[in-house]
Amino acid sequence: MSLLHLLALSPFLLAAGLPLLGRAVPRLHRGWFAAVLSVILFAALLGYSSQVRAGLPVTESFAWIPSLGISFTLYLDGLSLLFALLITGMGVLVAIYSIAYMSDESESLTRFYVFLLIFMGAMLGLVLSDNLLTLYGFWELTSITSFLLIGYHHYKHRSRYGALKSLLITMTGGLGLLSGFVLLYVMSGTYQIRELMDAAVPLASHPLFLPAMLLILLGAFTKSAQYPFHIWLPDAMEAPTPVSAYLHSATMVKAGLYLVARLSPVFAGTAEWFWIVSLGGLITLIYGSVAAVKQTDLKAILAYSTISQLGLIMCLLGLSSLSSVFVGEESLLYAAAGTAAMFHLLNHAVFKGSLFMIAGIVDHETGTRDVRKLGGLAQVMPIAFTISVFGAFSMAGLPPFGGFISKEMFLEAVLEPLHAGVFHLETWAILLPIIAWIASVFTFIYSALFVGRTFLGSRKPSLARKQVHDAPLLMTLPPALLAVLALGLGLFPSLVSYSLIRPAADSLMPHLAASGEQLPGSIKLWHGWTPALGMTIGVIAVGVLLTLTARRWLKLYAYVPRNLSINRFYDASLRFFERITVRITSLYMNGSSRSYIKYILGFMLLVLGFILFNATDVTFRVGAYAVIAPYEWFILLGLAAASLAVPFAKSRPVAIILTGTVGYLMTLMFVFLRAPDLALTQMVVESISVTLYLLCFYHLPKLRTERRAVRFRLPNFLVAVAVGVLMTLVALAVLGTNPFEPVSDYYVRESYESAGGKNIVNVILVDFRGFDTMLEIMVLGVASLGIYNMVKLRRKATDVGSRHVSHEGDNADEEAAQTRRSIYGYDGPDTGLSTLAEDPEEAEHIKIQDAPELPHEETDEHPQERHRSSSNSHEKGGERDV
Amino acid sequence: MSKGSDIFLQNVSKVVVFIVLAFALYLFFTGHSSPGGGFIAGLMSAGALLLLALAYDIETVRKVVPVDFKLVTAAGLLIALCTGSGALFFGEPFLKHAFGYFDLPLLGKTELHTALIFDLGVYLAVVGVTMTILLTIGEDN
Amino acid sequence: MEVVVAIIVGVLFAVGIYLILTQDLLRIVLGTSLLTHAVHLLLMAMAMLKTGDAPLLGRDAEKFVDPLPQALILTSIVINFGVTAFFLVLSYRAYQKLETTDMDRMRSESSRHRGKKGGRRS
Repeated sequence: MSLLHLLALSPFLLAAGLPLLGRAVPRLHRGWFAAVLSVILFAALLGYSSQVRAGLPVTESFAWIPSLGISFTLYLDGLSLLFALLITGMGVLVAIYSIAYMSDESESLTRFYVFLLIFMGAMLGLVLSDNLLTLYGFWELTSITSFLLIGYHHYKHRSRYGALKSLLITMTGGLGLLSGFVLLYVMSGTYQIRELMDAAVPLASHPLFLPAMLLILLGAFTKSAQYPFHIWLPDAMEAPTPVSAYLHSATMVKAGLYLVARLSPVFAGTAEWFWIVSLGGLITLIYGSVAAVKQTDLKAILAYSTISQLGLIMCLLGLSSLSSVFVGEESLLYAAAGTAAMFHLLNHAVFKGSLFMIAGIVDHETGTRDVRKLGGLAQVMPIAFTISVFGAFSMAGLPPFGGFISKEMFLEAVLEPLHAGVFHLETWAILLPIIAWIASVFTFIYSALFVGRTFLGSRKPSLARKQVHDAPLLMTLPPALLAVLALGLGLFPSLVSYSLIRPAADSLMPHLAASGEQLPGSIKLWHGWTPALGMTIGVIAVGVLLTLTARRWLKLYAYVPRNLSINRFYDASLRFFERITVRITSLYMNGSSRSYIKYILGFMLLVLGFILFNATDVTFRVGAYAVIAPYEWFILLGLAAASLAVPFAKSRPVAIILTGTVGYLMTLMFVFLRAPDLALTQMVVESISVTLYLLCFYHLPKLRTERRAVRFRLPNFLVAVAVGVLMTLVALAVLGTNPFEPVSDYYVRESYESAGGKNIVNVILVDFRGFDTMLEIMVLGVASLGIYNMVKLRRKATDVGSRHVSHEGDNADEEAAQTRRSIYGYDGPDTGLSTLAEDPEEAEHIKIQDAPELPHEETDEHPQERHRSSSNSHEKGGERDV
Repeated sequence: MSKGSDIFLQNVSKVVVFIVLAFALYLFFTGHSSPGGGFIAGLMSAGALLLLALAYDIETVRKVVPVDFKLVTAAGLLIALCTGSGALFFGEPFLKHAFGYFDLPLLGKTELHTALIFDLGVYLAVVGVTMTILLTIGEDN
Repeated sequence: MEVVVAIIVGVLFAVGIYLILTQDLLRIVLGTSLLTHAVHLLLMAMAMLKTGDAPLLGRDAEKFVDPLPQALILTSIVINFGVTAFFLVLSYRAYQKLETTDMDRMRSESSRHRGKKGGRRS
């Protein structure tokens, strides 16, 4: 463990301690803990920056699962540092913002911050991991925390829908990612990222190279909401706004970008990588920007904008991979795309974070995020207006903001491949600048609409009556800081260009340093009359024109066919799979344990039988067996006879006594087989068990006298006989096959010497294998508690059972259907009862479960208890009404 | 169970219970060198108490051994756990036992063994579990 | 003797499995008990039978029978006691609640039981 480990794990530690801390200082808002921790982490990580800048990455390692070669190695280079600072820096601002934003319901606030901290820890672990498997673990953890945070308002159907959607899509990608990592391991024999990079050259010719790349890109594209996997991000906006600002614009969605950047040295230089990453990014860019224009919800605009901007960065990462194809000067030309990607990553986090927070403030102050109901807020919320202008200018790529510089760099980067001459670029490269330019126009439009429709124009009558004013200081401070930062990045880009951006770009393209090239670190606001500047002027001109005429052409969106939407495909496939799985499961999961036991036994028969008859080293030994004394024959035959008689016993006591007989005969067997401890134990246990059986019958006289023979069933009989025969064969096979030295010799030798006991069995129990015994008595304790609960605490047990009342009443489904109709224009997936319960009987069953059990309808209880339980039910009724 | 079911059984059990308990004690202490040990002794003791319950009734057992057997189980588990963890303080792996030979008055040369304490935990746990089960069922109505 | 014991193991397994596959809850519990006995015998037979004296070092014997299966079985006996008791009480409580020990009837009984309550409520 090192300091870096401690830093990466500290959010988890705080998350674990937060419930206790919160209770210790109940008056302090839980968000302060998160904010303070983020500040500390941010400062500590900044401390590494000089070392990283000097080109000396920090590596700390400690063995975690040595047997699998999994070590928890942390690796901090330029790329990781940029992301880690982004995570902790945004973490500070979001935590402060959330203190004002999140209302004060202490119980669920703790939950919120626990999730948020776990997310922060997972994200830090993700960007610091050097091992692919730990990276994958953290990757999935971010998906899970994102799921929990999107579903934070779990009583809302849309929150649950969005949470599930994001989880399903990102987890599908996560599975792809894992398989891709395993393929990488198969090819290279290592899970360490740095070792992979050294092996990069021989990997490219491997037949598994392409599948591994595709699978890993699947993971990255789903996480970073690239087309066509973007559909989860707009639905994720159901999360509280701080979460949207943090997870779904600044950090988590960038994990995919991080992964692409991190593995770029491994995959870059191939045509597939270039085309998939840059084209995927480009399509996402234009799709997101075009779709953002038609949105009416502030957060939806920002969500599609995020999709589009992520596409932009993805595209830049793809373009930067060209630099590894060339050498020398030309290589540096393409490497500029990598620098642009890193810079835009930072810019995007800054301006999008501020805009999200503004959207939250508007929502908080006016109660709506619908731009159709907003307007003219500039007069009453001047500060928010200023901040949003800063953010929107940066987003639209206007000078003198940071976004302008990175947008310029992007436009330059898409022009560069025009004369690359590889990967069929000579014919297709012209598409890149055209699409990029159109997307920039739309980016300008939605940025303008975001500000214009919210803050300018006339105030709507519905809002005129409300007292709307700027948000409190705590809420305004974080976005204001970000807005200032957006301006600062534009005016003084060299603040970060040498310390953060160049080291990050260096680790994105390590081949440059290897060949002795030096990335130009300087980023300038004004860089002369370049073609890119001309494109920007064009964007502004066309953008202003289209924004002013927006009302006329926005109707065109209505002509986009809805039936073709990916959301519809997602919903339909979800419904399809639900139906299929229900059908398949009901084929064999018929609810009868007998069937399940038969499956298990059947499988056992197959596997064991197969092994027995196919293994070559199994022999059935004959001869040299122990001699059977005459009286032992009686016991053996008695065992067989007594056990065979059990199924034929008509009354239950007889069956029990026959089983007891078997047990006592076993005692005798143990005596003859020289196991005195076993004989003693078996005898006492058998006596107590039989007493227990009879005690049960003592209370159930009806059961004792009922006479019912076991009905003969041929399938059961055949299964039983087959298992019996197989086990006999197994026993014989084990006798004849003994490939290993028995461990018991060691026990016999060491029993007295090192454990000081003469009864070897007892020594094994309490000393050599004391852990087993320890756990065994624990199992016994649990069993006895279970029995105690079953018998003594039954009243309470029903209370717990009756609490499984569904929160939403019958109108929840109705509400859900309505939401679906409003979003997609048709009845979406049924997540409720109707798909689960195909047959009416099952449906009734579920309905019945939902109905609360009223305990006072029990007839067999004491009056005192009745009083208590009915008062309980009264309380519960009250809860339900709330 | 009905009260006063059998005078003969009651009188015999008065004697036998003590013999069985003494035997259980013997099994417990000799467990390390001859047949016996915590499990057997625990079951045997529970058996003795069960005999008492059968001959008289559960109330009698409650009166004779006025303890909550759930707590006995917990105590047993705790003792076993503590014995196991004790080794950790001496830099030994969990559940590593120590033993030595001492000259004690009356008993002569005696082996003292931390395994015996662990076995005591096992003994208490087994007694507690068995009696909890039996009494729970027996008292149900 | 090992071959005979192996056959007895087979018989015990067959009877135990057959009982587990019946509908009667109590016989299922008995079946698990028989299965345990079968496994104990199997473990004993695996280590060969009567190869020496009882595993007590005080006895000055030349050879001992294998102590390891005995330790395993001792653990198993006690665990089995706990599990059997648990099963037994489970079926006991189920019978008290549903007045049947028939696995098939139990399903319908329990849903009828719930249905009765839910129905009366509405």
